Amino acid sequence: MIRTIAIVGVLVLLAFAPLSMRSAGIRIGSKKFTESVVLGEMINILCADTGIDSVHYRELGGTQLVYQALLQGEIDAYPEYTGTITEEILSGRKVGSLEEMRLALAEQGVGVSKPIGFNNTYALAMNRARARELGIERVSDLSRYPDLAFGFSSEFLNREDGWPNLRKHYDLPQQRVAGLDHDIAYRQLKNGSIDVMEAYSTDAKIDVYDLKLLEDDRAFFPRYDAVVLYRQNLKTRAPEVIESILRLENLVNAEAMISSNSRVEVDRISEGRAAAEFLENTLGIESEVADTSRWQRIATRTGEHLDLVRRSLIPAILLAIPLGIVAAKRPRFGQGILGIVGVVQTIPSLALLVILMPLVAWLGLNSIGLGSTTAVTALLLYSLLPIVRNTHTGLRGISPEYSEAALAIGLPPWDRLVRIELPLAAPSILSGVKTAAVLNVGFATLGALIGAGGYGQPIITGIRLNDTALILEGAVPAAVLALLVQAGFDLGEKWVVPRGLRLQANS
Amino acid sequence: MLELCNVSKRYGGVVALEPTTLQLSSGRTYVLLGTSGCGKSTLLKIALGLTEPDSGTVRFEGQTLQPDNVLQIRKRIGYVIQSGGLFPHLTARKNVSLIADFLNWSTTKIRNRIEELSALTQLPESTLDRYPAQLSGGQQQRVALMRALMLDPDWMLLDEPLGALDPMIRSDLQNDLSGIFRSLQKSVVLVTHDLHEAAHFGDEIILLREGRLVQAGTMQELIDHPSDPFVTRFIQAQQGISPSDHSNSNFDRPEFTRPDDSQPERGERGVQ
Repeated sequence: MIRTIAIVGVLVLLAFAPLSMRSAGIRIGSKKFTESVVLGEMINILCADTGIDSVHYRELGGTQLVYQALLQGEIDAYPEYTGTITEEILSGRKVGSLEEMRLALAEQGVGVSKPIGFNNTYALAMNRARARELGIERVSDLSRYPDLAFGFSSEFLNREDGWPNLRKHYDLPQQRVAGLDHDIAYRQLKNGSIDVMEAYSTDAKIDVYDLKLLEDDRAFFPRYDAVVLYRQNLKTRAPEVIESILRLENLVNAEAMISSNSRVEVDRISEGRAAAEFLENTLGIESEVADTSRWQRIATRTGEHLDLVRRSLIPAILLAIPLGIVAAKRPRFGQGILGIVGVVQTIPSLALLVILMPLVAWLGLNSIGLGSTTAVTALLLYSLLPIVRNTHTGLRGISPEYSEAALAIGLPPWDRLVRIELPLAAPSILSGVKTAAVLNVGFATLGALIGAGGYGQPIITGIRLNDTALILEGAVPAAVLALLVQAGFDLGEKWVVPRGLRLQANS
Repeated sequence: MLELCNVSKRYGGVVALEPTTLQLSSGRTYVLLGTSGCGKSTLLKIALGLTEPDSGTVRFEGQTLQPDNVLQIRKRIGYVIQSGGLFPHLTARKNVSLIADFLNWSTTKIRNRIEELSALTQLPESTLDRYPAQLSGGQQQRVALMRALMLDPDWMLLDEPLGALDPMIRSDLQNDLSGIFRSLQKSVVLVTHDLHEAAHFGDEIILLREGRLVQAGTMQELIDHPSDPFVTRFIQAQQGISPSDHSNSNFDRPEFTRPDDSQPERGERGVQ
């Protein structure tokens, strides 16, 4: 009994031990693709240039998540595209002009900068040499060559602003249209298997493969002008920051953006360095970019990862065991509990984060960034099922002769539970906790989707940059940690599972 | 006095016990005798409040058994089952002292009581610090008996306490048990399917068949004045078998039951 109290006490202390929290004056966000991260770094440098402390939560999950974070004041500014604002953020409001967009966003307390100078939309791309040879400059020129082969991503083949309407808009005659993976399409284009593919107009690969983007002369593609979204209260909180950030307006043209993107994706320099180079060349801002060694990075990530794991797993254990007990003791109620924790498991992680973020923010807890309560809560929910289920199974599986003997001796229900049933179910409960812990170490990589750091960070960056070494920098430590956790529990078994049960298992 | 008034029990559509009335007086040893499934264990569990009867009431020393007094009453009744029911996660000593620990007895009082009981059950104290998995079947039953006797209850209910033991150990323990009960002057209700065991223990034998009470009386009365041809058949069937055979607990199994059939059950019970 004393040992049980000691275990619970240590767990609670561990779970709620404070984090080495980083609080910053201004918080910048970005989405998880290179261009957004580079722009986020630029905004960050412009903030820092005013002398105000700032931090960049990079590679956040997706548009909904980042915009939610902006609305809730978890971040103060992030780069966005006009097309995304009209299609996703203000969808259903039919905003046409930039001015209408500005008014609609202002209602939500969000300010928008003027376009910062480039339009990152879909474009049709050809080999520069081949285009010159055929004399193709504009999309409308394509109608003169019905035999050209097109290769498009399956998304582009199906989108409203993709191939079906593009073909009608320009009345294009080509029949040879294949669905291709985007990365493969670049190679096919290079070796001549296809003549035309779709691309993003500021894609770094345009430089790498020396491609010609065809002019959208009949204005088919919607505009995706890059802008900065910021919280309007920044105007009163830190007017100098707004002023500094807005220096980006009309500063970055497509060529400059392509070059910055390719510095990162091709030359493999950090986004921060690429952003710093650009701002130094254009605005003459000098900034320091700290490069960290691999081991330093792994050490930091390990700390962040362990924070996520301990702060989610331990409360999950303390919550799931009582739930499992209730489920075992009250079968009808128990079906409900098992059902709910099972359903939670099926919610995709990004969706769960988006659902939880407003709740966490409403409670006044930090919903994104390091130590994000959203990530911790999501992990906690994911960890419940194995523990609840194994506690339930362990208790229900107790041989009737023991339950009967405990009853016959005259022990009241609580003492039966504590003295007899839980110790007998301990091996099953422990193996549930072990499963939850190993899964948790893996799931905790989702923290990176909302800036909570951990091993997920190098993994998503590595996937984005197609950099296997970087992916392994997250994946290998995560696997090692999972193995260590497993080994730790195997050792802990001796401590938690009563000796008599281990004897019985061996005999 | 332990009284069962019109108690009955069915499981699903199967009748385990027809409405039955029994009055068991203190200080005597009763044996509930019958083949498997005759309702004798059900009757015992109803008497202890482990199984709730569909109808009827149980009165223990004048008190009607109810949810609010059942825990109190159980402390005055010792209960031993066939497999011992010792908790595998506790040492033999902890198994015995469990209820006394719960009642906050002093350590000295507990130690003294365990000393008495181990002398009584002839179980060396050194074995008490082992876990059930480290004890033989006979030792386990002696520990179970100690556990049931810990609070010095007036009544002892035993459900086939010797059923799982080897013949030799069984006969030793049989003698020890009846010696203990006689010396402590306990009121005893013992369930068995074994006629010889019944004759050995019982002041009075209560013969059950298919959930119905057939006859109650001394062994001699059952032999001399059977109330039903079944009584004679039951007695003759067991007398026709040599003692070593019918002390085997497989004796009353239906013939079509093969040993393999018990495998899935073991799997279900396994605690992961």
